[in-house]
Amino acid sequence: MSDTMQVSRNGFTLVPAADRRRFVLQARPGTLDAAVRALGLAETPAMLAAATGGAVTALRLGPQEFLLLLDPAGAEDSLSALRAGLEGVAHSLVEVSDRQVGLDLSGALVEPALASLTSIDVAGPAFPVGMATRTLLGKADGVLWRTGPDRFRLEIWRSFAPYMSGLLNEAARDAVF
Amino acid sequence: MLLIRCPYCGERSEIEFANGGEAHIARPADPMSQTDEEWAQYLYMRDNPKGLIAERWRHAHGCNRFFNALRDTRTDRFVMTYEMGRPRPEIDAATLAEAAR
Repeated sequence: MSDTMQVSRNGFTLVPAADRRRFVLQARPGTLDAAVRALGLAETPAMLAAATGGAVTALRLGPQEFLLLLDPAGAEDSLSALRAGLEGVAHSLVEVSDRQVGLDLSGALVEPALASLTSIDVAGPAFPVGMATRTLLGKADGVLWRTGPDRFRLEIWRSFAPYMSGLLNEAARDAVF
Repeated sequence: MLLIRCPYCGERSEIEFANGGEAHIARPADPMSQTDEEWAQYLYMRDNPKGLIAERWRHAHGCNRFFNALRDTRTDRFVMTYEMGRPRPEIDAATLAEAAR
């Protein structure tokens, strides 16, 4: 059902993203720095920014929150490194792999299609490549991450996927005019 | 669209936020030492000013953090937002007048 959502029209493509294991890490800022070191990332991403290194992507959704996207191939190594690095430090690490699905949006009409769903400014100057934030899309909560000039990754709850892909399909159709 | 400045994420639309009631209400350190009247005062009694009020807000569809905001209840203008734990800021008369306008 939701895992097979696809939209393909002129200037707008929506496909399910590559499989990822997902974790929400919540901790004090100093502990997040330790997590970044344990995961082997170059530096702690600033608010609303993303950092990628090896099999790991960390999205800084809040001052004390990361959404971690791990390539399943290297996930266990990264996780054991993370658990070792945070041993004895107060933190919360919750796996949400099956709660969410990722959707890859691409094409020239992605910006106007998203703009009709969300109140934030998704144009290039206000939403540069690498920025990531949680926001409302239509009536559903979702994480928006810009992976390229015409590419976005959408992380939404699994049960919202048909709603979201349907809305985006309609929005992309309207965006042509 | 009413914009609220989240101290962490910047200006976002009102629909991303949830109100958390009046700010700066400290829970009595020792509840057992309170009389019923004092406890009721802490639990239930809230200011309802016509004018500036300090409230807690949560960026529910964003960074999910609580923060405090000064809002004018007559005009719905947000004078400023600030992080939890900071004392209520003093606002000068010119800013107050602008908020009431």
